Amino acid sequence: METQVKVDLTDFRLETRKWLEENCPKSMLEPITDANQLYWGGRNGEFSSKDQEIWFNRMLEKKWIVPYWESKYGGGGLNPKQNNILNQEMSRLGCRKPHINFGISMLGPALLKFASEEQKIYYLNQICKGEIRWVQGYSEPNAGSDLANLQTKAEDKGDHFLVTGSKVWTSYGDKGDFIFCLVRTSTESKHTGISFLLIDMNSEGISTRPIKLISGKSPFAETFFDSVKVPKKNLVGTLNDGWTIAKYLLTHERQMIGGIGDTDKKKTLSEVAIDSIGVTDKLLSNASIRSKIANLEMNEKVFELTIQRALDEHKAGNNSGAVSSFFKYYGTELAMQKEELRLEVNGFSSTEWTSEESNNGREARYFNRSKGHSIEGGTHEVQLNIIAKRVLGLPSK
Amino acid sequence: MALVINEEQKMLKSSAKELLDLKSPISHMRELRDDNYNQFDVDLWKEMVEMGWTALTIPEQYNGLNFGYVGLGQVLEEMGRKLTVSPMISTVLVSTTLISLSKNEVLKRKLFDEIMNGKKLCSLAHEESSHHNPNINSSIVSKNDEKFILNGKKRFVIDGSISDYLIISANNESSGTLELIILDSKSKGITFNNKVHMDSKNYSDISFNNVEFSNNDFLSSNDDGQKLLSKTIDIACIGLAAEMLGNIQQAFEMTMEYLKEREQFGVKIGSFQSLQHRSAIMFGEIELCKSIVLKALQAIDSDDENLPELASLAKSKLGLTSKLVTNEAVQMHGGIGMTDDSDIGFFLKKTRVTQRIFGDSNYHLDRLAKINNY
Repeated sequence: METQVKVDLTDFRLETRKWLEENCPKSMLEPITDANQLYWGGRNGEFSSKDQEIWFNRMLEKKWIVPYWESKYGGGGLNPKQNNILNQEMSRLGCRKPHINFGISMLGPALLKFASEEQKIYYLNQICKGEIRWVQGYSEPNAGSDLANLQTKAEDKGDHFLVTGSKVWTSYGDKGDFIFCLVRTSTESKHTGISFLLIDMNSEGISTRPIKLISGKSPFAETFFDSVKVPKKNLVGTLNDGWTIAKYLLTHERQMIGGIGDTDKKKTLSEVAIDSIGVTDKLLSNASIRSKIANLEMNEKVFELTIQRALDEHKAGNNSGAVSSFFKYYGTELAMQKEELRLEVNGFSSTEWTSEESNNGREARYFNRSKGHSIEGGTHEVQLNIIAKRVLGLPSK
Repeated sequence: MALVINEEQKMLKSSAKELLDLKSPISHMRELRDDNYNQFDVDLWKEMVEMGWTALTIPEQYNGLNFGYVGLGQVLEEMGRKLTVSPMISTVLVSTTLISLSKNEVLKRKLFDEIMNGKKLCSLAHEESSHHNPNINSSIVSKNDEKFILNGKKRFVIDGSISDYLIISANNESSGTLELIILDSKSKGITFNNKVHMDSKNYSDISFNNVEFSNNDFLSSNDDGQKLLSKTIDIACIGLAAEMLGNIQQAFEMTMEYLKEREQFGVKIGSFQSLQHRSAIMFGEIELCKSIVLKALQAIDSDDENLPELASLAKSKLGLTSKLVTNEAVQMHGGIGMTDDSDIGFFLKKTRVTQRIFGDSNYHLDRLAKINNY
């Protein structure tokens, strides 16, 4: 049995490699240098190049937009090992992801766990075709770290809910087709009066306003709901039990944000530093920066090993103790330290904001943007609270 | 290789814990200290030998258990939790490793036999200044007719005062290469200056004045001395990191217990967010330490070519984290933490010494940068 599986997997790897080599257009093998090179899909989805469109359509036909979901939901039906091989082969070749969508990374896992079969078939199939661009409606002006304090209400009107209120920090909220939203359906209890609702952004009464960040960019928006009618069938899970779904989804978000540090693989910081600062007797010319880089690289390596250990422990059926809150905290902490250090390494060029040479201040803007890593998806402080209470069992007052 | 320990290694770890719970609780370290800094409990050593700890890393062909370094690491970690005083580091982790790498089969058979049976203790005499340095400056081997002669000064020899043998690194006067020789510590011309350090352990400064020895006493051969020494030091760094991992887990757990007990302003002090956040950060740092220690131990057993980098990662990460955790442990214990009656200060004192053995975090971060070409 075991050998048979191994043979099949080897075949699968070779087939996959061949298919990718034959089907992935050359320009889709180049590293992403700008956000518009990602294809977000949706009703108004626009391809930024012909190759991007070809690549998306080929992967769509192959059902590899979401390769690991079951085929009845529109996925490729790959088992975890096959999916792993596909990922390895894609990163070996350098293939870009054909499609990015919060529907895949965040909503999908929650639907798979909590939605009715009918909802799964309808929404997951849409996601696998890239037809709907999903956005998340969680935070509110008075419900940030204290998320359960949310006040956007959904009143039961018989055949529909009537939603009134506002959401803030909706990632790409002004570009979304559908929003998965936490709404208040009961005021009797803070945590058990929340429901999980899917709302069409085309509904009457919805408006959005982009939020300009310190980076000068607007990846987030405010979303306003003024007596918006939402069909009852758009409720996911049990009425008033949305908090369970919210928590589950947040762990996925934490893992996603925790992985932020991995994006820049072109050059290590020490290589950048050698170019910009120079070397004296084979050592980086600034000893203080050299030691900061060594310290950061040490922590990056031990963090990588810790992610691997958590996966291995999980596979072996053990609880590794390292929780998603820690991964979110530490992954973002390292990413932020790296941006801070990159500024020190690159000196004058690092703060350029509008020049052509700096690609319109790409680095400076990314540095500013990175300050949000320790805020979004639950602040550093909230993650540390969770570890202290749930893992260490430290008392409440 | 998956980053988990297997069933056999788990069993070894729990049997080590069992023995040490019984024979070497932290109070035992205190008793030895109060007995004029006693360095050696013969009965405890006999128990360790019977458990097979001295044979863990010795290959089967020499009648060893060939259990590997992941196994030894589990024992060292448990010893770290109890601050156990024993010759395990000097004799098993450092000396046995170096002897295994030697090609002198005659010496190997004899020494392995004596070490495994607990009859002889052995230590490496390498350092010559107040910082770790892989290179030798002062110790020289010269040849006089058929005799060899050693002159030099060594510092910071772990368990020097109780060792039967000393392994000495010295430069060969004629070839300029590094040699490793093993001598009876009672040989004529060897004088000891034994010094107690902060961890209540003895470290010797040793002078070698025209010490005579023979061709048979070389552990190095064909210019492999530097290679043997470097690999031994890498492995020793990883073993010490495993011991420190035990130190900091114990100190952290004791501190968490204290936060749940101690009351001020009418509440448990563990309910204060300032202490909770610092505790959560320590928890995470210790998780990181567990990963690098296990990875590095596995790298020894699989003869990984990245051993030097992993050794430096382990020693630097554990050096820095042990500083954080033991400082916080004393601070969170408040006034109690400053008293000799409390055990928590022992962890501070123990790790401050271990951090320095074979290079502190500054040394190893510098080495990491060099390994990565900057």
